[in-house]
Amino acid sequence: MNDVMSMNGSAGGAARLFAASLRALLVLTVLCGVLYPLAVTGVAQGLFPHRANGSEIRERGTVVGSSLIGQRYDLPQAEGRKTPAPDLRWFQPRPSDGLSDNTVNTRYRLLVSGATNRAGDDKELIRSVREARAAVVRDNSTPGHPVRPSAVPPDAVLSSGSGLDPDISPAYAHLQVRRVAERNHLPAERVARLVDEHTRQRVLGFMGEPRVNVLELNVALRELTR
Amino acid sequence: MSPVLAGVLQLLALVAALALAYRPLGDHMARVYSSVRHLRVEKWIYRCIGADPAANLRWPAYLRGVLAFSAVSVLFLYLLQRLQGGLPGSLGFASIDPDQAFNTAASFVSNTNWQSYAGEQAMGHLVQTGGLAVQNFLSAAVGMAVAVALVRGFARSRTGELGNFWADLVRGTVRILLPLSLIGAIVLVACGAVQNFAGVHEVGQFLGGSQQWRGGAVASQEAIKELGTNGGGYFNANSAHPFENPNPFSNLFEIFLILLIPFALTRTFGRMTGSLRQGYAILAAMVAIWIAFVALMMWTEFHHGAPAYDIAGGALEGKETRFGVAGSSLFAVSTTLTSTGAVNSALSSFTGFGGGIAMLGMQLGEIAPGGVGSGLYGVLIMAVIAVFLAGLMVGRTPEYLGKKIGGREIKLAALYILITPALVLCFTAVALALPTPRDSLLNTGPHGFSEILYAYTSAANNNGSAFAGLAADTPWFNTSLGMVMLLGRFLPMVFVLALAGSLAERSPVPETSGTLRTDKPLFSGLLIATIVIVAALTYFPALALGPLAEGLAS
Repeated sequence: MNDVMSMNGSAGGAARLFAASLRALLVLTVLCGVLYPLAVTGVAQGLFPHRANGSEIRERGTVVGSSLIGQRYDLPQAEGRKTPAPDLRWFQPRPSDGLSDNTVNTRYRLLVSGATNRAGDDKELIRSVREARAAVVRDNSTPGHPVRPSAVPPDAVLSSGSGLDPDISPAYAHLQVRRVAERNHLPAERVARLVDEHTRQRVLGFMGEPRVNVLELNVALRELTR
Repeated sequence: MSPVLAGVLQLLALVAALALAYRPLGDHMARVYSSVRHLRVEKWIYRCIGADPAANLRWPAYLRGVLAFSAVSVLFLYLLQRLQGGLPGSLGFASIDPDQAFNTAASFVSNTNWQSYAGEQAMGHLVQTGGLAVQNFLSAAVGMAVAVALVRGFARSRTGELGNFWADLVRGTVRILLPLSLIGAIVLVACGAVQNFAGVHEVGQFLGGSQQWRGGAVASQEAIKELGTNGGGYFNANSAHPFENPNPFSNLFEIFLILLIPFALTRTFGRMTGSLRQGYAILAAMVAIWIAFVALMMWTEFHHGAPAYDIAGGALEGKETRFGVAGSSLFAVSTTLTSTGAVNSALSSFTGFGGGIAMLGMQLGEIAPGGVGSGLYGVLIMAVIAVFLAGLMVGRTPEYLGKKIGGREIKLAALYILITPALVLCFTAVALALPTPRDSLLNTGPHGFSEILYAYTSAANNNGSAFAGLAADTPWFNTSLGMVMLLGRFLPMVFVLALAGSLAERSPVPETSGTLRTDKPLFSGLLIATIVIVAALTYFPALALGPLAEGLAS
């Protein structure tokens, strides 16, 4: 029997053991690192090409993003401002303070997903929550309809895990209805109905949380205003 | 429906799904590791390796196979990253620096999957799919092989032979991990996980302009990342990224994949030792700890005791809307009680107690249910300690599964439970004593201490999750964490295989009226107590300085 494992600890035995290990690694790499991903890709592209390629959303034939990836709805950045101001015509997503630009291979402009990783007692986080809440109250209060600070839901002032969260809570969407209706010269009831139509309940009634996809909602809103 | 009730229903659905899969998968794995037949593809692989799969090895030879294969894997993965810049299929990404390449190679081969890089901007298709994802399979298969060798040590007598490492490695990969991953990956694509080999390309936006996306074999890597309790994300945000974990169903499915094999291995253990009840006793201990941790985590996260969350009205920082508090808590507990370390939310932004629960889950030794393979051998070591403690109390020589547990066995088990805490506490102390590592901290005070304690806990236990405020891409952290991951993986394996060899040589002792019954609920309770006491005695002082101080202050 010339099994590689029955060699004793001699130098020749060790060399043969390492050679066998390398051969094992290479052949298993072909199996798990080439054939397996190609097989999955083949099935995925055959059965679910739309999803396998990023669930893109089209508006009148033009790609406007992915239903899974959140984006910003901001005005062009004004001179002298650190961050662009939100474009209040459109429903606003959650804050994404953990999202960053790529720092390596910088000839690309890839978004680097991530969270702020701030702790719940972190002074910086407490400050940003206070500021975000004040901004939400300010932006969404309309004449005769002031927004109470206690009505601001947590997802409106806290960043998500990926910085790419495509959804907001139905509470945050409804909080924005009057502002959005006013800016688009639409009746508030119509915009509220739009939010309801785009509210996804829990999967099978118990999985996850109810949510509203911001991009899909804004696409429907723009359709309404045309 | 309240979010709490929805969380409880998600937990129940998960338990039901795991219960359905438990018997068929556990029995299948027992057949895989006991069979004398070889599939055609396996015979071809053995010919390539030049190994005789029928050769039965004693523990030193089995261990040499584990170590040689893992050493070659580290070197290969290191070189692949170092040469990335010149290799095709890399999106033109630059080669990885030496310290980070070492850290990543050690991390993926040791089943830790700690990441000091951001996947989307650093690793091209070749390294992700041909290197990192491959180790997701192979490190998991190595873990299962070592666990099965220990089970054979209990099951066999007067031989010292533990089976064949190459056969166990290949069978675990071909007959267990590959088929399950294939199904899992396709389910994930159906949910919306991406799977393509596109380059970096522009995608339009709602208000004009464009985003740059990169393609990737994400779903195929995501499936084995969870199934093999690896946890290394394709993207920086890991399973919080919508392309890795698109919706609430995929979230629950990924938690299911994480827990599937570790729980089912207790059935395999019962089958191979000839007593299913022995497996159930261990399963009961695992399930009790896991459910207790889920309950604690949900309680603290829904209660959201922290200043920022009191103002905001909920602990949603670092959590995705679609998963909510319940889906994030369930994932966090399942990933830290196994050796997975994948995250669908930022653990660093959990409440002080929540972060402490995640850390304690790892510090229990990841045995409830633990990593694939490592969970089973970890809990069996704790079972040996438990029967030893019981033996001390009544003054009898301890026995487990018909084997006398003598001085040699106890020494090996004691070494096993000492090595991980020694690595965690010594390296945390050194990192805090040195001047530069503290510059990596994002948060200050108790939470800053927790960031470092968490990092070494995660590395030594081969978990890979992080309090990601720590800027870990420094030469100190890359190198020291890389060393801790390798030592925390392979030193325990040495003790496990030595123990297996020692047990396999022993003759079985007949059961008497004085034998402690290890297939009863009483033993499950004893096992839980042992696990909790060992972890508490070891880590309480360190936890008091970090998460407990933070949690009690708010």
